[in-house]
Amino acid sequence: MQGVLLGGQYALLACGLSLIFGVMRIVNLAHGVLAVLAAYLTLVLVQQGLPLWLATVVVVPLFAALGYAVQRGLFNPALAQVGRDPADGPRGAGELAPLLVSFGVAVALTNLLQEVFSADTRTIPTGGLASAGLPVGSLSVGVLPLLTLAVAASVIATVQLLLARTSTGRAMRAVADDAGAAAMTGVDPRHMYAVATALAFATLGLAGVFVGMSTQFSPGYGELVLLFAFEAVIIGGLGSLWGTLAGGMVLGLAQTIGAQTDPQSGVLAGHLVFLAVLVVRPGGLMPRSVQE
Amino acid sequence: MSDAGAARAATRTITRGGRGSLAGGGVLLVVVVLLAAVVPYVVTLGALSSLVMLFALVILGTTWNLLAGYGGMVSVGQQAYVGVGGYALIQLADAVGAPLWLAVPAAGLVGAAIALPTSYLVFRLAGGYFAIGTWVVAEVFRLVTMRIDGLGGGTGLSLSAFRGTDRVERVAFVYWFALALMVAVVLGTYLLMRSRVGLGLTAIRDDRVAASSLGVAVDRGRRLVYVAGSGGAALAGALVALSTLGVTPGSIYSVSWTAAMIFIVVVGGIGTIEGPLVGAVLYWALQQALAPLGTWYLVVLGAVAVAVVLLAPRGLWGLVAGRYQLFPTGYRVRGVPPGAAVAPRADG
Repeated sequence: MQGVLLGGQYALLACGLSLIFGVMRIVNLAHGVLAVLAAYLTLVLVQQGLPLWLATVVVVPLFAALGYAVQRGLFNPALAQVGRDPADGPRGAGELAPLLVSFGVAVALTNLLQEVFSADTRTIPTGGLASAGLPVGSLSVGVLPLLTLAVAASVIATVQLLLARTSTGRAMRAVADDAGAAAMTGVDPRHMYAVATALAFATLGLAGVFVGMSTQFSPGYGELVLLFAFEAVIIGGLGSLWGTLAGGMVLGLAQTIGAQTDPQSGVLAGHLVFLAVLVVRPGGLMPRSVQE
Repeated sequence: MSDAGAARAATRTITRGGRGSLAGGGVLLVVVVLLAAVVPYVVTLGALSSLVMLFALVILGTTWNLLAGYGGMVSVGQQAYVGVGGYALIQLADAVGAPLWLAVPAAGLVGAAIALPTSYLVFRLAGGYFAIGTWVVAEVFRLVTMRIDGLGGGTGLSLSAFRGTDRVERVAFVYWFALALMVAVVLGTYLLMRSRVGLGLTAIRDDRVAASSLGVAVDRGRRLVYVAGSGGAALAGALVALSTLGVTPGSIYSVSWTAAMIFIVVVGGIGTIEGPLVGAVLYWALQQALAPLGTWYLVVLGAVAVAVVLLAPRGLWGLVAGRYQLFPTGYRVRGVPPGAAVAPRADG
């Protein structure tokens, strides 16, 4: 039960990773540390006396704006190097460019956070929300994990609806399929990419707040966040947001069961389940079934 | 073809290297001789130890470049093999009792041997997902190592093979040994890239499908690069363990090794043999100069790497490589007027 609920948090984290990859084929290695940045921002705002819900309302749009800026300033120039014909001019990192840029951001940001906030672990004070429980039969279910799962499910549903039903979503899917053709119909791919990243960063900011409330985090924690989100995506199957939710739950279950046999092997059990899925079902549990 | 065209064709020469490369190679040879014969007698023991770290960084950069620059695979998990190399060295030297000059290359072989089965797993992922997949594998290596009591659990191991050896003698041995290994790895990479295999690898990097249709064994080539690159990382890990006299799982399996490799290759110039040399010297110098400021140097390094990828994608070496090549791997057609023909450049 606990494991399934933990999956909600991983799915929420994985949502943005999946979205950026789906639209732009960029794997954002700074994903985890950005979530931790959101947690630190929220913590600072709460310490300034803002109520938690208001801090969240501030951080999420701030992250959306950050996402737009990062895409226009860093990822778009990096993408411009992808697919450049070697005969056209100096060939550099080529298609590795976005990956390398995001790794540079991750290294710089992690150590910046470490210098500013030190390596001590922190947690966002929730006023008892993190420890509150709901009795279900003989079990007690945490209110915060339940809330996280509900938020994850509604974020995924919203993103799906946005992609499927709105004109922006249509344009985004068009750009993802063929940026050149989309540009001919009057869609600006660079703007569309930035909107997609803004959306992804908004979900990431929200995820960061929930991570900050439920766990002890430090600047280095971003590394684990990235790995967990990534494992949820692969276990669930690439390109399927609901699959990611399922993948997050599988990962959460594996970690919880692993931790019950030995408190130190929870993370290892999660990694091993991920590798097992890679061997047995490389396409994930729900491959591309509900992409559109 | 017109007469003029024929005349032009007749004046073309296909060259590899040239006077510049010979001169540059001579300079490098002088540098190596200086490092081997003069430097150990004029600097302190502490400086020698830190030079050993520079040699290890050159090996790390060169082998990561083999993966990313020539194989097109960005691995963020090479610290897995740095760790394996470190642990293998200590086990081979202390538990098995192998002489150190044999244990270090053997540790490299252990890394390569472990990389072979691992490659079947991580090759199921492509591009960016390959990057994070290798990272997960490295974490698994670290967590499993920490659970094995014979490997010291969470506290690590220390090397006892040097017990009773004079400190000067020990540092001098490690220094010369590391220098020799670095020269061997760089030369070996150069010879590999000059060979038929290297030409195939370059083709795979530029266009995998086209290379495959021309009969290049794509999977075999990538696997070879992964195994060789991982063996090199293990070699560097063994040198680090030899120089620091021990390993702890937290530091020898740290992702900062891979961060260093990426910085060295990207800033020096990806896809060239000279680039990692330049990058390693720069990384090492920055680390030495900014170390008193804590981790700020990593903030600077991350920002510099981003700037180089975006503004000077061929790296520092790329800014001069148009004119010079110390390690000429590709052939070049000379005597072609600019824009008259497409000269295929295999060097990139």
